[in-house]
Formats: sequence, structure tokens, C-alpha cells
Amino acid sequence: MTPAPKTPPLLEARNLVKAFGPLRANDGVDLTVAAGEIHALLGENGAGKSTLVKMLYGALQPTSGELFWHGEALTIANPAAARALGIGMVFQHFSLFEALTAVENIALALPGDFDLAALSGRIATLSADYGLPLEPSATIADLSVGERQRVEIVRCLLQNPRLLILDEPTSVLTPQEAEQLFITLQRLAAEGCAILYISHRLEEVRRICQRATILRHGKVVAACDPRQETPASLARLMVGGDIHAVRAHRDVAEGPVRLRVHELSLPPDGPFSVALQDISLEVRGGEVLCIAGVAGNGQSELFDALSGERVADYAHAVEIDGLPAGRHGVNWRRKHGAAFVPEERLGHGAVPMFHLSDNVVLTRHAVDHTVAANRRVLRPGARAIADRVIAAFDVRKGKPDPEARALSGGNLQKYVVGREMDRNPGVLVVNQPTWGVDAGAAATIRQALVDLATRGAAVLVISQDLDEIFDIADRIAVIARGELSAAHAARDMTPEMIGLYMAGMDEAAAQAAGEGGHAHP
Amino acid sequence: MDALIPILLTIVTAATPLVLAGIGELLVERAGVLNLGVEGMMIMGAVAGFGAAFVTGSPYLGILASIAAGMAMALLFGFLTLTLATNQTATGLAITLLGLGLSGLIGKPFTGQPITRLPNWDGIDILVVFSFLLAGAVSWFLFRSRAGLIVRAVGDNHTSAHTLGYPVIRVRYLAVLFGGACAGLAGGYLSLSYTPQWIEGMTAGKGWIALALVVFASWRPWRLLAGAYLFGAISILAFTVQTFALGIPSQLLSALPYIVTIVALVIISRNRLMLRANTPACLGRPFVPDR
Amino acid sequence: MLILERRVERARLWMWASPVLALVLTIIAGGIIFALAGVDPLHGLYTYFISPLMDGWDREKLIAKAAPLVLIGVGLAVCYTANVWNIGAEGQFVAGALLAGLVPVYFSGWQDASVMAVMLLLGVLGGLLWAMIPAALRVRFHANEILTSLMLVYVVRLAYDWAVRGPLRDPHAMNFPKTVRFDGWQVLPAWGEIHLGAFFALVAALVLYVVMVKMLKGFELRALGSSPRAARFAGFSEHRAVYFVFAVSGALAGLAGACDVMGVSRQLQAPYEPNYGFVAIIVAFLGRLNPIGVIFAGLLLALSYMGGEAAKVSLGVSDNIAKVFQGILLFFILACDTLILYRIRWQGRG
Repeated sequence: MTPAPKTPPLLEARNLVKAFGPLRANDGVDLTVAAGEIHALLGENGAGKSTLVKMLYGALQPTSGELFWHGEALTIANPAAARALGIGMVFQHFSLFEALTAVENIALALPGDFDLAALSGRIATLSADYGLPLEPSATIADLSVGERQRVEIVRCLLQNPRLLILDEPTSVLTPQEAEQLFITLQRLAAEGCAILYISHRLEEVRRICQRATILRHGKVVAACDPRQETPASLARLMVGGDIHAVRAHRDVAEGPVRLRVHELSLPPDGPFSVALQDISLEVRGGEVLCIAGVAGNGQSELFDALSGERVADYAHAVEIDGLPAGRHGVNWRRKHGAAFVPEERLGHGAVPMFHLSDNVVLTRHAVDHTVAANRRVLRPGARAIADRVIAAFDVRKGKPDPEARALSGGNLQKYVVGREMDRNPGVLVVNQPTWGVDAGAAATIRQALVDLATRGAAVLVISQDLDEIFDIADRIAVIARGELSAAHAARDMTPEMIGLYMAGMDEAAAQAAGEGGHAHP
Repeated sequence: MDALIPILLTIVTAATPLVLAGIGELLVERAGVLNLGVEGMMIMGAVAGFGAAFVTGSPYLGILASIAAGMAMALLFGFLTLTLATNQTATGLAITLLGLGLSGLIGKPFTGQPITRLPNWDGIDILVVFSFLLAGAVSWFLFRSRAGLIVRAVGDNHTSAHTLGYPVIRVRYLAVLFGGACAGLAGGYLSLSYTPQWIEGMTAGKGWIALALVVFASWRPWRLLAGAYLFGAISILAFTVQTFALGIPSQLLSALPYIVTIVALVIISRNRLMLRANTPACLGRPFVPDR
Repeated sequence: MLILERRVERARLWMWASPVLALVLTIIAGGIIFALAGVDPLHGLYTYFISPLMDGWDREKLIAKAAPLVLIGVGLAVCYTANVWNIGAEGQFVAGALLAGLVPVYFSGWQDASVMAVMLLLGVLGGLLWAMIPAALRVRFHANEILTSLMLVYVVRLAYDWAVRGPLRDPHAMNFPKTVRFDGWQVLPAWGEIHLGAFFALVAALVLYVVMVKMLKGFELRALGSSPRAARFAGFSEHRAVYFVFAVSGALAGLAGACDVMGVSRQLQAPYEPNYGFVAIIVAFLGRLNPIGVIFAGLLLALSYMGGEAAKVSLGVSDNIAKVFQGILLFFILACDTLILYRIRWQGRG
């Protein structure tokens, strides 16, 4: 054997396999990451990105395959071992403890002396140095999503990482916050730290990454320089074919107002919940209104108020087809033509342990006599609807009427959306329609939403995904800290303006919408 | 003033089993485990402690035996709820039902027998002192030590704790064993010191009251200590009234501790937001890691 | 160490096999306990589990013992399905007995069919009202129903004790804490040992089976128990459900209490701690929270009571052994139920 001519890469994975029962989440993955590079890991939901990085971080053990660190083979037994090597990770769904303070959260990841006062000092210094302002004694539950991410990043930086892994870091940030993050990442890379950057936002990958590894179905399908690619070519590599673009920006026929919200205010209903303040909006038949916003700004509270899971103080706070609905519950609103799809599929939109047919009964028992009548559940009727939805939305499943939790995320989401579409509702309110769903299912769902509007329904979509919003919206409003901005026509809006609204700078954003909107193609 | 001190001493001794069992359960719940088997662990501690003291003649060996019995029951509870991920509510009830039956079976020969009582000074014995130290130690542990921080982290978000590499199940086992030891000790205090004899079912719901005290104390050790003393004061007050005032049915006074417990629970639970903010977020939820 | 692997769906096989396996394991554990107690295990097990079934009179007694367990157990099964933890059925049982017992004490001359109906209704009312306390405290003040319902057991036991030693005591009973004996229409009709309560238990189980499996109400309760957020999305009210399940389980426990004093003891006497309300918790779980399953589970637990008595009489073992068997049985059910949701594997460390 001749010695390697150049220095070995910082991290190398060879032929990594991770099997969960019969499923191979990673199937022979090769990956090299060099010091000082920003390396993108691309792939659809379910492609195996999270599994791969969890193995690199020691949170999962590979079924087979080898890992090399500075050219030396090793196993990473657990996250503490990874941290000792200098591998840090910022999780998508943060691994923070809500009831603990920032400094306590950070101390949990650091070895050595247990001295919170000294640690607070180090946090203050480091966060000032990197432009990541942070109050060490703040309780996590009181922090915004962006601030929580800062806690995670500072936690990694305090360990002087050689490799920093970030899982979809910008999905929870305003565009402006994302810019700030890119500056921090580029500075870290310049200092020699390698960064493994997981994202499905191709534009930002092309901007900040020097290399990209693309996964599909647990295998590496390409390694490339993303700066040499177009978003379309990257998307093709990820999906393995073209995705049909949703037919966007239709000529909207001005229909009557079918959903009106008028000065809706609600106090918080839990210790970590947001108050809704004076929310007003109108959705006309035939249009899709999208509400953008960073997670945790009142989206689920607004959804609950619209669906009637929480009733408002006065009847006209919510009107459905002109009828005052504010004091009525969810089934009254369903009876009057409204339908709802919540963000959480399992445990809100569907009972995980119930069969798909029983999950039909869940939302239709009050409005459909083929499903429930005379206080009885009619299982054949429910089964027939389940079959119809499954066929219409191409829901893939292992057996005829499985439990909801047995379906993959994308298939269950198609089912839950399809269950409501099947009623042909006049008003549809959807919260995060394609969160954590593969591209194929997302395209199906978005098309169905647009088609429903075309048939004359009022469609209200609450989403964090700006690509999705620009894909399907006729008008866009932004929710921030429980307040809703004015809605503007989608063609007058840019991501930057949405960012200003997200940051609460409504005047600047409205001004931009007034003048410059048309300048944006 | 001189009359006050004996009353205070009786209050402290009446509160001691609640402090011991309550502090143990507080730590268990901080780790995210709801142990409804406190009553069963306590009564097993009482019978084992009494039995050991009766057989060996040493109340100190009795203390050790009650701790061991509580831990044995806790191990059983842990195996089901932690290793087999069973429903914690049902399993805790099972521990209590089993403990009540098993202690009756084991304790049959001890009924009516005398033992050497744990030495005390005007009612104050080492366990009373220990209970006070225990509250301080657990408070320090939870809020000043790294291990305590890990316990709180595991109770707040077991998934994150696992992702960071902390052994959730092992931490919970240790917490449950500690809680079992404390509950056993509380039972031992009853049968070795408070009423030095074995009576079937002698815990009389004290384990359940300890559970209620944990909620009442918002999962904070010093508040639990205060709550237990307040509770002891009310019991003693009832007892005193009973000896002086005729005409009040003795049953009403005996029922007072249970009624007070309910009232205390209602008062502390009324503010739902505060209750939820204080409750360990993973309390009662089984943890099964993906592998 | 033991490793759990989550199943994609619940294993149908184990939903049926788990209680059987639990029973087998309990019998094995029982043999070991007998051996430890110095009794020949086979002889002990025979005495405990088989001998009570050999005699016709004993079989009647078995059904009579099972009646309150099934009555209370089906109510609790409904509660636990909805994830509402009423563990104070023992108190609701006593409350029902106490209220029913007021009639013969204060209206001893009332002798027609209506008195029986009134006493049974008072029993239902007593249990129901006593159960409404923890329900209301949970709904209005968010107080944990496990603790409040249990505390109320102690309270009502003391109230019962006070009543039977005080105002309700039979002045001719030579200071014994008991009331006058019930007679005539105040006593439940019986066939041998089996009184009308067994019929009520059967009807309650069948009705609740239909409610839980066929009716929207059962669907509602299962949804609330399995996933409260999704149930709210379905428009089901958690508050109403809490009141409903407490009312059903309390009323049935109260009815069981009334039947017990009207059919078995035929008077109120102190102390009165039959523990049916606690054993019914085991019955509910062993019956898989299914009302039909509860019937079989009730019979089995009744057998454990009778076995305890048989063991006491012919083996000289304390009848506490019944409680031990009951506790162990519950453990094994809970442990075996793990197999429904998980596969269990053994894995070496590392």
C-alpha cells in the first residue's frame, strides 16, 4: 500500500448502511467532507439525510460500513463521543429543553466543570463575537424559534467544532435572519470548520455551498458543485424526474367573500402559546390566500380559532358564507360548508391508532349520514369514503384499512387532505399542507388546493414554506407575534417583503409592496 | 411557649413519613416518571422494616430492610414501566394493590408483636433529622448539580436528552430506585418509630397524600417540606380537637387529612397555565428510543 | 438487555393471547409462592383454582361474587378507555350501599315493589353523585382525578362508619355497629346464592358493549382516550366525556353497592371494606377494557377471592394470598400487553 499523497479528508464515510427492519434508510452511502468547506446534503423527505447525519453524530449506529476521521477508522458510539471529536449538530426539531434556561441547555452538551456562572460569561463573549445575541438566563420556552436556533448554534460553537452539521436551519428563520446565519457560517468555514448543510432550498445551497451530495432512496445519486448547477437540474437529481409545476397565477374570478375574520383576539391557551391580536381577513370564493410566517407566531392558535376548536368571544369574529360562526364549534362550521386540515397529521388530523375508515368518522360524523346516523357509527359508509379518498389521492398503504400511524408522512397527509377535499367544501383552511412531505405528494396536494379554489371555494393556507406560498397563492398575508399583516396580491410580494413583515416592520413592507412590487418578475 | 414545643414536635413527626415519601416521588416525577405505587412501596417498607427489627432485634437493620423492600418494589415498577414501557398509571396501581396484599401476607405473624423502637429524643429520631436533610440534599442536587440538571432534562424532554446522548432509561431507573428507597424508608419510619408495631394497611393512604403533596409543592423540595408540615399541623390539630371537644364525630376529624388534600389539590390546580408550566413535560409518558 | 421494537400496527394475535399468557404466568408464579409458603405447589394450585369450581353451591357463589366486580369493572373499562382514571369506585360502591340502606332504616314499614326500585335507584344516585365530585374537580379546577377519587374513598368510608355507628344503628343491636336487617321487598330476589345483581351486571356489560363498539358515543370515548387533540378536532367535548364516564362508572358502582347490601349482607354493618372497587380495576384491565371481556375477567377474579378462602380454610394460608395473586395477575397483563405494541428482543450490550 502506498501512503495517500495528500492529507486525508476531515470525515469520510464508506458504504454506510442503516436498516430499520426491512427498510434500508441508508443503503451504501459514501461521503467525504473536507475542512473549511460548506457541503450541502440534498434530498427529498425520506431520502435518508437525517439518518445519515444521526450516524455521523453518534445518535444512531450504522448497520454496516466504515467511518474515517482524519483518515483513521473509528466508530462513534454516542453523541458525547462525536462532540469529543469536534462534531457539533444543530437539529431541525431542536433538541432543547423548554423548561430549562439557555445556559442550562448549553451546559448539558458540554463536558468539564459544572459552573453555570462561568459558562454564562463564555456564552456572552462568544455570542457577541459571532453576532448571535443571546441571554444566558432566559428560559427556552420564552424564546422565539430563531433565538432557540441561536442557542443550539452557540452550544456547538462552544465546543470548538471541526465539523458542524445543520439540519434545515433556515426553515424556521425569516429571510433576514437567514442572511445573518449565512454570514456566521461563512466565517466559521473561513476559520477552517467544515459545515455539512442539509437543506431542500436549492437557491441558498447554490449561494453558500461549494459541494453537494445528493441522496435518493437512501443512496447517493450524485455529487456535484452546486454553483455549476441550476435549481431545476438539482431538483431533477433529487427527485429523479421532473416535478410538474403547479399551475400558478390563474386569472382569479372575483367571487363572494366566503370566509371573513373580523377583529379576532384570543388569549394564550397554554404556557407556551401565543395570543392572537385583532386579526382580520377575507377570503373570496375562487382564491387561495396564504398566510406566511415563522413557526410559533400564532399559526396553530389561528387555525384553532378558524376551525372552532377554540370559539371566539363574539359571533362575527368568524363568518362562513356570511353566517356568524364565531361562537360555534367545529362541527357547526363543517355543517356550513367549511373543512379543516391541521398541521399535525398524527394526533390532531388523525387518531394514530385508528384505522383509516375510523379516521373518516372523526371529521365527518356530524355532516355525513352515510358515516353516522341515529347516534350509531356506520362502518360500511366510512369504509366506502376511505376507499374513495385512497383512490383519488393515490394513497399507498400495505393493507386494505391500516392504522393511520402505519402510513408514511406523505401518504397520510394526502389522505387527511383528501378526506376533506372529498366533501367538496366551500371553505378550506389548511395549516402547513406539505410539511415533511415528499415532493411528489406535495405537488399533488398543492394542485388539489388550487383546483378546489378554481371550483369556487375559498382556500386559506397557513404555511412556512415560501416556495409553496409563491407557488399557489393569489394573495399573501404574514403572521408575526399573533398579529396579521394586510394581505397583498402575490405578484406584488417578494420574499424580502415577507421577511420585513415577519420581523414586524409592517410599514416598510407595505411601502415596498406599494412601490417596488411590480419590479419583481 | 413550653406547651408549644411538644405540639411542634408532634407536627414534625406526623409530617416525616410524608416528607420522606414525597421527596422521593418528587425526584421520580422530575425524571418524568409518575409512580402511583408509592403507597405499595411504603407499606412493603413498613412490614419489611418491622419484620427485620422483630427478627434481629435491631431497629437499624429494620431501616435497611425497609429501604431494600421499597427498592425491590421500585425495581419491579421500573422493569415494567421503563423496560417494557407499560402504562405508568396502571402499573403504579398494580404495585399498590400488590404491596397491600403482600404486606398482609408477610406481616401476619408480626401482628401484635413488640419491637425495640428506634431511639428518639422527645419524638425526634434520626429519620426525622434525615428527612429534613433529604429535602435540602435533593433541592441542591436538582438545582445545583450536573446530575440533577440531567434528571430535569430527562423529565422535560426525553427525546432531546436521548439525542444529546444521555441514557434516559438508566437515569429513570436510578430515579425510580431512589423514590422506592424513600417510600420504603417512610414506611419503615411508620412501623419502627411513629407507631412501633405492625398493623395491616397501616399506611392508610399516606403514600397517596405524598403524591398529592408533590403536585401541591409544584415539584420543589422546600415547598414539599413546608406542605408536609402544614399537613402535619392540620392532622395534629384535628387530633387535639378530638381529645377536647366532644360532639364532633371522630370520623369527621379522621377524614380531615383527606379532605384537606383534595382542597389543596384544587387550590394548586386551579391555575391551569401555572400547573402545566410547572409539571415536568414528559411526566407519565413512556420512552422507547428508535434503534 | 431487553430491547423494544415498535410494531407498525397493533398485533391482533397478542390482543387475544396476552391475557391468556398472563394467566398462565400467574399460575406458574402462584405455584412458586405456594412452594415458598411450604405448600405442595400442585395441591395448592388445585385448592386455589379448581376446588371452588367443583361444587354447585360454590359455582353459584362464584357468580354472586363476580356480579359486583363485573358491574364496577365495565364502568371502569369505559372510564379507562377514555383515559379518565376513576380509581375511587370503592368509594362510589360504599356511597351507593349507604344511600340504599337509608330506606329500610327510616321507612322499615314500606313494603311493596316500589321500595326495591327506590333503593336500587338511591344506590345508583349515591354512586353517581359521589363520582361527580372528582369529575367536577377535574373539569372545573383541573385537579388530578386519580388522587381526588381515591381520597374520597377514605372520606366516604369514614362517613359510612359514622352513620352506621351513629344515626343508622339499630338500637336493639346491643351496640354492635349495624342497622336493622332488611326484609321483604327490601331484599333482592335470589336464586340460591345468585341475586338480581348478576342480572344487572350482564345487562350492563351487554349495553356498554353496544355503546362502545357500535355507537358514536363509544367512538367518541375511544378517540378522547387515544388522542385528545384529534378528538377535540372531531368536535367531541372532553369535559362532557369526563362527566359521562364518571357518571356511568359511579352509577354502576353505586348499583353494585346497593345490590351487595340488599342481596348479600341484608343490612349495613361496620367495618365494610369489600375492596370490590379496587379489584374491579384489575377486572377492567384483564378484560381488555372490553365489556364482554370484563364478564370473563370478573369470573376469574371472583375465583381468586374464593380460592383465597379455600386456601385459608384447607391450607392454612392467609387469605391475603388472594390479593397477592390479583396484584401479580395485573402485572403480567400489563407486561404481556407490551407485546401488542412492541416486539421484544434480547440484545447484548454494545
